[in-house]
Amino acid sequence: MFKALLARARQGYRTANYPAHDPSLPALFRGRPVLDPEKCVDGCTRCIDVCPTDALSVSAAGPELDLGRCIFCGECAAACPGNAISFTQDWRLAASERAGLVVTGDHPVHVEAASRELRRLVGRSLRLRQISAGGCNGCEVEVNALGNVVFDSSRFGIEFVASPRHADGILVTGPLTANMKEAALITYAAIGEPKLVIAAGACAISGGLFRGHQEVCDGIEEVFAVDLYVPGCPPHPYTILDALLRLLGRC
Amino acid sequence: MTRLLTTGNAVPVATAAIPVADTDSFRGEVLSGIAEGWRLLLLIGLSQDQAGTRLLAALADDVQGEIGLIATVVGKNYPALTPDCPAAHHFEREIHEQWGVRPEGHPWLKPVRFPRGGPAIGEVDFFQVSGAEIHEVAVGPVHAGIIEPGHFRFNCHGERVLHLEISLGYQHRGVEEALRDGPDKRTVHLAETIAGDTTAGHATAYCQLVEALAATACPPRALALRTVALELERIANHIGDLGALAGDVGFLPASAYCGRLRGDVLNLTAQLCGSRLGRGWIRPGGVAREPGAEVLREVKQRLREAERDMRNAVELLWKSSSVRARFESTGTLGRQAAADLGIVGPPARASGIDRDCRRDFPAPLYQGSRPVIAVGESGDVFARAFQRWQEIENSLAFLARVVDQPPQGEPGAGEPMTTVGALAPDHLALSLVEGWRGEIVHLGMTDAAGRFAQYKIVDPSFRNWFGLAMAMRGQTISDFPLCNKSFNLSYCGHDL
Repeated sequence: MFKALLARARQGYRTANYPAHDPSLPALFRGRPVLDPEKCVDGCTRCIDVCPTDALSVSAAGPELDLGRCIFCGECAAACPGNAISFTQDWRLAASERAGLVVTGDHPVHVEAASRELRRLVGRSLRLRQISAGGCNGCEVEVNALGNVVFDSSRFGIEFVASPRHADGILVTGPLTANMKEAALITYAAIGEPKLVIAAGACAISGGLFRGHQEVCDGIEEVFAVDLYVPGCPPHPYTILDALLRLLGRC
Repeated sequence: MTRLLTTGNAVPVATAAIPVADTDSFRGEVLSGIAEGWRLLLLIGLSQDQAGTRLLAALADDVQGEIGLIATVVGKNYPALTPDCPAAHHFEREIHEQWGVRPEGHPWLKPVRFPRGGPAIGEVDFFQVSGAEIHEVAVGPVHAGIIEPGHFRFNCHGERVLHLEISLGYQHRGVEEALRDGPDKRTVHLAETIAGDTTAGHATAYCQLVEALAATACPPRALALRTVALELERIANHIGDLGALAGDVGFLPASAYCGRLRGDVLNLTAQLCGSRLGRGWIRPGGVAREPGAEVLREVKQRLREAERDMRNAVELLWKSSSVRARFESTGTLGRQAAADLGIVGPPARASGIDRDCRRDFPAPLYQGSRPVIAVGESGDVFARAFQRWQEIENSLAFLARVVDQPPQGEPGAGEPMTTVGALAPDHLALSLVEGWRGEIVHLGMTDAAGRFAQYKIVDPSFRNWFGLAMAMRGQTISDFPLCNKSFNLSYCGHDL
C-alpha cells in the first residue's frame, strides 16, 4: 500500500493542459502541409512522382495536396527542388467536409461544430465505438493513447465503449476490408439515432496506401456518410483529440 | 543434409541454384533436417505453372546462423508435413488457400485469411467439442475495446476452456499482392504498414532484403540508428503491454504509469524521426533522417528518466502478491509445445527456448553488439510478463551504449529513395529481423527483370497465434484477456 502511494508521488501529475496550452511537438513532426506555388519550378512533377498515395495534383492555381490521402511521409517535401512544400507543426488537420481536406497555400483546415441539438445530446458525454477495419493497427495505437493519463480524453467526457448500444457513434480506422464490411454495418446498425461517423486515418478516409486493392473499399465513405475526417498515417493523438473537441464545439 | 542449399540471413542465392527434389525426398530432407536440429523457418508456394506448384521450404540452424533451402513441385495434392512437423500447420493451410494444393492428411485444413474468391469470411467448420454441459462462447470480430478484429470461439465445460478456435482474416487487405512487381514508390510504405506497431521491424526487414538483392551495404551509422529504432519499438510495446497486463488484473497504478511511459518512448522515436511509430525513417540504403548529436544526447537523457519511472512502475507489479497470484501458472505454454509449433519471440523465450535473431542471425544489423538475450522458463503469463521486463532492461542498457557512441559517418540515404539500384534478376533472399514480437521473415524472389515475382511476409504472429490457443487450454474463460495480452499478437501482420 505504501509502495503504491510512494510510486504515485514519484510518477507525478502527467496530464497535458490541453487545449488551454498548445502541445509541444518534436521539431521533425510533420503536421499540416503548406504549399507555396510561387516556388514551384515550371513543369516540375517530382512531388507527384514520389507521392506513394497520389495525394498531390497540380491545377492552374498550383499544387494541391489531399490530406485525406496523404500519409505525411514527407517524400514530396524532400523531393521538391524549390522547397514549395513544407510540413508545419500544426497538428490540427481534421475537417467536417471531404473537400475541406484539399490543401492549397497556407490555410488552416476547418471543422464545423456539430448542430446545437447534437451538442446538447453529446457535447459533454461522447461515447464512441471504435471499429478497426483493415488498417495496420497504427491508428488504433494512437486512438488508444487518448485513454492514457497524458491525453485523458475522458476528462472531456469522450470515451470509447465496448457495446455499440452504449455508443453515440463509430470511429472507424482502416480502409474497410471486404471481410469486415458486414461486421461494420451490423455494429453501426446497433447504435441508436442520432449517430456520428468518424473516419480516422488516411485508410478510412480514402483507402490510404491500400487504395485500389481489390480486398478493400477506398475508404469508409463507400458505406457510411462521414461526419468528421481525421487525416494522418496515423493521426497524432492531439490531432484526434482536437478533431473531437472542435466537433463538440469545445475548442 | 547434402540436398539443402545453405545460405544466410540477407544472403541472396540464384533461384535456379535451389535444389528441386521430388516430393518424397523433399519431405524426407525437411523431416530429417528437423530431426537433426534445424527448425522450419517457412514453407510457402513460390510459383505455379503447368508442371504444378513449386513449394519452397526454408530451415534455420540457430546455432550456425545458417538457412537451408529446398524446393519441390507438387500437383493438386501432396502428403502433408504437418502430422510429422506441427510447425508446418499454418504454412500448409496457407498453401492450400493460396495455391489450391491440398496437403493430404493435414489435421486442421481451414482458411487462413478468407481471400476473395474463396468461402465468405466465417464460413468454416469450427472445431466443436460435444458432450453434456458443453457450451460455446463466440467473440468478435468486433471486440470490446480499441483492438483489431478477429473471431474467437471458446469450447467450454463450465468456466473451463477445452479449446479455443481462432479465426482471422478480417484485416486482409492484399499487402503481399501489392508488393509483387515492386519495388516501386509504394513498397517501403507498405512494408511500414504490415503491422503499424512494428514499423521499424518490418521496414528494416524490407530494407535489409533489397540491400542484399542489390548488393548494397548499409553504412554503419545507419545500421546503428536502425537498431535504435528497433529497440525503442521493443521498449515502447513491452512497457505498454506490461501496463495492459496490469489493467487486465485490475491493478490500475501500474496500468496508468506504463500507459504513459509507452507514450514517452513513442515520443522519443518521434523526436528522432518525426513520427511516433517511426514512419519515414528507415529507407533502403540507410535512414532518411539523421537526428544529429544533440538530439541523441537529449534522447539519452530522457531514456534515463523513463528508465527510472519504468523501474518504479514495474516493481509495483512484481511486489504485489495479488498481481503475481493472477500471473503465475496462468496460460502456460510448455517448452515442448512451443518448440513443436515453432513459436518465436518473447513467448518462445519465456517457455525456455533460447532463440533470438539478434544473436542467431545478426547480419549485418547487430553484428558488432546487441542486447543481452534473456530466457525464461515457466511459460506462463508471469514468465511472458517478466520476459518483457528483462528485454526492456537489456534494450535500455544496449541503447545507452549506442546512443553514447554511435558510429560516425554518413547515415546513407540522405533523401527518400524507392530502391538502392537494380535488384539481382532471378535471385531469392530471406531477411530476418527480431521485431518486438519475435522473428520477422521477409522473402523476395526476383524475376528476369529484377522485379519481385514473389514477396512473402511471415510476421511472428503467423506462428504464435496457435501458441495462444494452446496456452488457453484448461484455463478459465475469464483468463483470456490476460493470456491474450501476454502474447499481444498482430491481426494485420497475420492477415496481410
